[in-house]
Amino acid sequence: MSDVTPFVVLSGILFTIGCVGVLTRRNAIVVFMCVELMLNASNLALVAFAKQHGNLDGQIAAFFVMVVAAAEVVIGLAIIMTIFRTRRSASVDDASLLKY
Amino acid sequence: MVAFWILAPIMVIAALGLLFVRKAVHAALLLAVVMISLAVLYLVLEAPFLFAVQIIVYTGAILMLFLFVLMLVGVDASDSVVETIRGQRAFAIVGGVALGVLLVTGLGQVSLGTAVGLDEANAPGNVQALANILFSRYVFAFEATSALLITAAVGAMVLAHRERLTPRVGQAERAAQRLQEYADKGAHLGPLPPPGVYARHNAVDTPALLPDGTAAESSVSRVLAARGTVRSAPAMADDIEEIENQIGWAPHAGRDAAPPASTTEEAPATGGEHE
Repeated sequence: MSDVTPFVVLSGILFTIGCVGVLTRRNAIVVFMCVELMLNASNLALVAFAKQHGNLDGQIAAFFVMVVAAAEVVIGLAIIMTIFRTRRSASVDDASLLKY
Repeated sequence: MVAFWILAPIMVIAALGLLFVRKAVHAALLLAVVMISLAVLYLVLEAPFLFAVQIIVYTGAILMLFLFVLMLVGVDASDSVVETIRGQRAFAIVGGVALGVLLVTGLGQVSLGTAVGLDEANAPGNVQALANILFSRYVFAFEATSALLITAAVGAMVLAHRERLTPRVGQAERAAQRLQEYADKGAHLGPLPPPGVYARHNAVDTPALLPDGTAAESSVSRVLAARGTVRSAPAMADDIEEIENQIGWAPHAGRDAAPPASTTEEAPATGGEHE
């Protein structure tokens, strides 16, 4: 069997779970993990389509996604740390100073 | 494909766990499960280089970074259950289910046909083939990535940097301050008494006994005192009498419940520390 449809469907499921996680979780770090899950799901789709089409561009794209994700995690976690230092909280609800 | 049908349910369950676990550390571990399974799936999809990169970069570097930050922020920083926007959770779940149904049915109905496979593209070896493309067609993207990584490193340093607002207090300043306090208030110059010196126990939660039989409060860590887990030293001495009675050995028979400070081997010469 050399059909990549199950991989793409799995990628869709994981993306959906990550999406719901971003919307429902309140801890900023867990929200960030759900973003990572969505990125990973898209990576899986890219690699699956690379196999489907028989060229390596999809794998290169997945590789770039990983690099960008690494940079994004570094900055995102530094921001979360800075917010935690000033507000003593990692909840996304507490960073609402611009509202008032 | 066997690997896929074994790993796919594990991945979906672990990802669903990400939505429901209360502690962020558990979420990180579940994410590790998903990522390692993904790495194996990359191997199934003929991407051995991405398999290695996934394990090294994602599970090795990114998840460790997550865990480090969790340790800094506090492991018990769990979710609040209060909804700031009313009904947001319900809407999110409904929308998520809708998106999932849409994606799964849509993708499930597409007939992609037989995959071409990467045997031809991977002929010189997966890493070599990737390098050929990366350093020819994608070389500008690759160079931009390096700029991005440097920016990220500098940005993290800037964000994590804290200005020192007060001058640094070194050893000399601390010593001078101690002597000043001694001169002004007669504060004790030497180190604090260690716990349990005059008591039978030398556990950190047992206060040392002063020569008059009272407990030296300064010998126990303030943290333990605040938690209220400091043991009573005279009560320990009572225990000792009880045990001596049990084993039928009573050298101190007839003595009151005074602390066993008189036992020679447990009376070190640090008594002068207490006023």
